[in-house]
Amino acid sequence: MSAHVAARWTTQTRRFEKNAATREPAWVKAALMTVALLFFGLFLLLPLATVFAEALRKGWQVYFAALAEPDARSAMVLTLLVAAIAVPLNLIFGLAAAWAIAKFDFRGKQLLTTLIDLPFSVSPVIAGLIYVLIFGAQGWFGPWLIENDIKMIFAVPGLVLATVFVTFPFVARELIPLMQAQGREEEEAAIVLGASGWKTFWYVTLPNIKWGLIYGVVLCNARAMGEFGAVSVVSGHIRGRTNTLPLHVEILYNEYQFAAAFAVASLLALLALLTLVIKSFVEWQGRQSMHTSQNISEVIQ
Amino acid sequence: MKSPRVLPGFPLALGYTLVYLALIVLIPLSAVFLKSATLSGEQFWAIISAPRVVSSYRISFGISLLAAAINTVFGLIFAWVLVRYRFPGRRIVDALVDLPFALPTAVAGIALTALYAGNGWLGQWLQLAGIQAAFTPLGILVALTFIGLPFVVRTVQPVLEDLDIELEEAAASLGADRWQTFLQVILPVLSPALLTGFALAFARAVGEYGSVIFIAGNVPLVSEITPLLIITKLEQYDYVGATAIAVVMLVFSFTLLFLINGLQIWTHRRHGRITG
Repeated sequence: MSAHVAARWTTQTRRFEKNAATREPAWVKAALMTVALLFFGLFLLLPLATVFAEALRKGWQVYFAALAEPDARSAMVLTLLVAAIAVPLNLIFGLAAAWAIAKFDFRGKQLLTTLIDLPFSVSPVIAGLIYVLIFGAQGWFGPWLIENDIKMIFAVPGLVLATVFVTFPFVARELIPLMQAQGREEEEAAIVLGASGWKTFWYVTLPNIKWGLIYGVVLCNARAMGEFGAVSVVSGHIRGRTNTLPLHVEILYNEYQFAAAFAVASLLALLALLTLVIKSFVEWQGRQSMHTSQNISEVIQ
Repeated sequence: MKSPRVLPGFPLALGYTLVYLALIVLIPLSAVFLKSATLSGEQFWAIISAPRVVSSYRISFGISLLAAAINTVFGLIFAWVLVRYRFPGRRIVDALVDLPFALPTAVAGIALTALYAGNGWLGQWLQLAGIQAAFTPLGILVALTFIGLPFVVRTVQPVLEDLDIELEEAAASLGADRWQTFLQVILPVLSPALLTGFALAFARAVGEYGSVIFIAGNVPLVSEITPLLIITKLEQYDYVGATAIAVVMLVFSFTLLFLINGLQIWTHRRHGRITG
């Protein structure tokens, strides 16, 4: 949402509520509010509360014991490792794709943009399957990998690949519309004035896209750490070796260790809440900075 | 804009984009189609039309449609309340709408199961009413409704925010009551966004795995979803079988993606014309 829309919308909301012609009867408003808040409580708030209530059902001691257990700790390390590889890879890709698509004209641009979004419409299970078909024992490179004693599937590289696939579009799809909206004039001016390509990118482009970039990275990271279906296919569920946090939650749950499962799950829920806080903050910041640039461009005009 | 290129880095950026896209997405996805091409037409058909597989389509697609429809209705009400009304805690509610995006699906799965199981906070009341939600198709519906909600809200919300008040004032001054204004002025403007949100929620629900398998019970022919069937086949080392079913799902997803893209372009045009 652009800044001027946001500003107009606030004044509009007031106008909607003041003006009898554009105001619903009080009972309609009350009914809509009740339905929405009931739905909110039932479908969003209660599941979230359940995670923490179940996690603490047997007390803090059991809670911390579940988190300190060696398998849980190695799952945390593996989750961090996978995200630490997958997120930067997709960040670099997002920057390259957005630079090419937003700053240049070429044929097939629309098709390329659609293809970048492709992983979002593929079931996570299939995202895992495709790498099994390529690197698994029966796969394309299977025999060669076995001969050379390289493990891809049921090992960390497979987890990373599956995670890269499911988080592929996050950064690119934030940056492309943002950089398209900002146009090319500022960068062109910098180049004409003698700045190098990297300098232009570093001092002109990057400050402009800062908030969109953070937004994309935060969402990408949340999905990378929380992915379940795709990594479940390629993991092999080897305890302490190829279990990420979500897979560890599944194992504990299937062993009826509910308190421990929810304790580990509560970590992931906290990560989700943190993600939402950062996301809201970034949206607010982005709106602020756009507001300033809006004012500046109005002054110039 | 047909000016000569001033900015550098086009070959590098585009080249990197294409190579990375091909290596991570396109070549691996093509493996599914190449693998299933080793099957004859009859073999392929026999796999994808086996009774257990067909019933999994019915469950996955049927319940996903229902969940997307529920999300369209409640998502519209949700977006309306967030845009048009001010109430304490509105910003928190607004931020938490994205919870299903941010919460890992496995966590959502076990939380919903605990909530709707016979001894859960909601399950015990449902059980008194004679309804069993967890470990039945109803449980799948609950999970798919949960994960699909943000899609409708987040596609409808910006369009609603952008709607000019003058339109509604004009309708009112021409004698329309609020309901008529909604049906004949607001709803037509919102309908492309509603349809897009519906399609996005549907597409996500069909492929969903993590939040469903805990609550579904996974009984073949009753509550077994198609993605789970792919995993089951893989665990039995039936790679070809898993791949054939994956082809069906991919063809469906790509068709839907194509439709959604068309819808979004249409929304932009309509939306641009009305507010611009």
